[in-house]
Amino acid sequence: MDTRCENSVSSPVDCQSVRQISRPPWGACQSGLRSRTTSAPAVAPNQAGGAVAFPPLQTYSEEESMMRDAVRKYAQERIAPFVPMMDENSAMDEEVIRSLFEQGLMGVEIDPEYGGTGSSFFSSILVIEELAKVDPSVAVLCDIQNTLINTLFVKLGTPAQKEKYLSRLSTDMIGSFCLSEAESGSDAFALKTRAEKHKDYFVINGSKMWISNAEHAGVFLVMANVDPSAGYRGITCFIVDRDTPGLEICKKENKLGLRASSTCPLNFDNVKVPEANILGEVGHGYKYAIGMLNEGRIGIAAQMVGLAQGCFDHTVPYTRQRVQFGKRIFDFQGMQHQIAHVATQIEAARLLTYNAARLKEAGRPFIKEACMAKYFSSEVATLTTSKCIEWMGGVGFTKDYPIEKYYRDCKIGTIYEGTTNVQLSTMAKFIDKEYDH
Amino acid sequence: MSGRVLVGVKRVIDYAVKIRVKPDNTGVVTDGVKHSMNPFCEIAVEEAVKLKEKKLVKEVVAVSCGPQQSQETIRTALAMGADRGIHVEVSGNDYETLGPLQVSKIMAALAKKEDAQIIILGKQAIDDDCNQTGQMTAALLDWPQGTFASEVTLDGDKIKVVREIDGGLETIKINTPAVLTADLRLNTPRYATLPNIMKAKKKKIANVKPADLGVNLTSKLEVLRVEDPPQRQAGMKVETVEDLVGKLKELGKV
Repeated sequence: MDTRCENSVSSPVDCQSVRQISRPPWGACQSGLRSRTTSAPAVAPNQAGGAVAFPPLQTYSEEESMMRDAVRKYAQERIAPFVPMMDENSAMDEEVIRSLFEQGLMGVEIDPEYGGTGSSFFSSILVIEELAKVDPSVAVLCDIQNTLINTLFVKLGTPAQKEKYLSRLSTDMIGSFCLSEAESGSDAFALKTRAEKHKDYFVINGSKMWISNAEHAGVFLVMANVDPSAGYRGITCFIVDRDTPGLEICKKENKLGLRASSTCPLNFDNVKVPEANILGEVGHGYKYAIGMLNEGRIGIAAQMVGLAQGCFDHTVPYTRQRVQFGKRIFDFQGMQHQIAHVATQIEAARLLTYNAARLKEAGRPFIKEACMAKYFSSEVATLTTSKCIEWMGGVGFTKDYPIEKYYRDCKIGTIYEGTTNVQLSTMAKFIDKEYDH
Repeated sequence: MSGRVLVGVKRVIDYAVKIRVKPDNTGVVTDGVKHSMNPFCEIAVEEAVKLKEKKLVKEVVAVSCGPQQSQETIRTALAMGADRGIHVEVSGNDYETLGPLQVSKIMAALAKKEDAQIIILGKQAIDDDCNQTGQMTAALLDWPQGTFASEVTLDGDKIKVVREIDGGLETIKINTPAVLTADLRLNTPRYATLPNIMKAKKKKIANVKPADLGVNLTSKLEVLRVEDPPQRQAGMKVETVEDLVGKLKELGKV
């Protein structure tokens, strides 16, 4: 195994070498053509029929490029007009949801056999990033569906379960992932929702909190404990259809940001669920939750990168146009330094995210990198949006401009799907192990 | 009747890009600039795909003339629903001088080779605004033409075309085979959905050289100079109609 890496730490080292050899050589390996941002060339050099040996992280297959461009165009034209209204009303527009399904964005990795797009994890990351540039709420809806719900069904579903749910998930049904409760957020395994076994069914009692997409979801993946005496080893994943008697979807939260994404408490009052509705194995729910959240983390990182970039893209043109003291405010050195600093942070966040995604796709260890990506991207989003409001001056503070929405939307990034503190502790555990010789 | 539709798609600088003239005034800057399918070509592809969905035609073939990158444009057409593509390789100086006459010769040759029943093109490209290729192609093939089409209806072996003309709308009926050019209001092009982009990967794009079609690409036109349009001058306000007429006379406009 060829290593082009300097550090000698005996840990999974980020070498791109082995992976590159198997990349398809057909077509050009184009790097991203972002109309406003970096000066990345359209086509990588030394293109005489073969791929560059170690292409930069911003290198996409033709399929990925086409998808990203298609989503970018779609988001600009069919989501952007709805964004202020959805934020104001704290409601996701039905037309937006419908068009997300129609475009194939809700089943990026699902097999075409089930009506999905049949593409890769990296493609879904690009989709989430592009959507987040326009509306982080829409991006999170798409992220949860793709990285949590779909992945759980694809990896763990029995043929019957896949048959029943996957084609719905890719075409018209939203899913919700129900883990958190009022008394258990970061301490997820302390969950109290109980599932009591009777003959061939379970009865679920308890409540969940902070459940995204709940307002529109048709299916809920509920983590409940079948055997509290076994601690977290009793946690089991149940598939609960929306219309199951006893399931109550309560009034959605009135949130600071990501307002168009519904976040609701759920009550389970003697909800009867057949044994056939267990996803995976009894008592293995905790494993599934951790596993999926490791991947979902990269999705959230992509959302935060897109959010930061979208906010930045709205702000810089303003600074180039606004004139004070006889010159553009962009021309003041103080401004230039701040803008360049933020641009660097966004670039770094993007690269961490892309690398974590590529590592996962390559089947290599990626958890530490995923934590880094999520932690860093959410911090960068907070920095970027805060700075952007300042650069816009007074207008940045008004709702007439989209900047303040990005500022409100970004904050949840450091909190959900694993708070920053949890990410840091997880990373520290890995780092600690790396030095065990 | 083959039931085959040929659709020409052109790769042009994206409509949203701010065009800049090269410092040597020989053309506009294209390096590193975002390109996409000509909007009128998108409308042409959409119409062809709609005809196929209505089962009025059997196959939609997307054609583009240009360098390697033209394949991206063909892929977009495939993702919108075209069945296969033909990339006519033209690069270097030939590409710089490629104009409607050369393209129409290529389209005519392909139409014969592919036994096409209908050719649909965008009415014009947004880079050169020539509005000639459709008309020239029809002339070379001695086929009827339905240009500036805002509505197309297939009627047996004839086509009813509603055309947008200066005076309003004109409806004509032409025989097939025929050439149509798409105007803005003909349809609203669909987005390439992600599943269709994946399907497009499996569709074939054939490579052809103009020489294989017996087409000579030499151009009799030479671009002498490309300049920015003059800067827009400030206007002036007048109070009365008399003032207006007076000013116009002063400027020699009346």
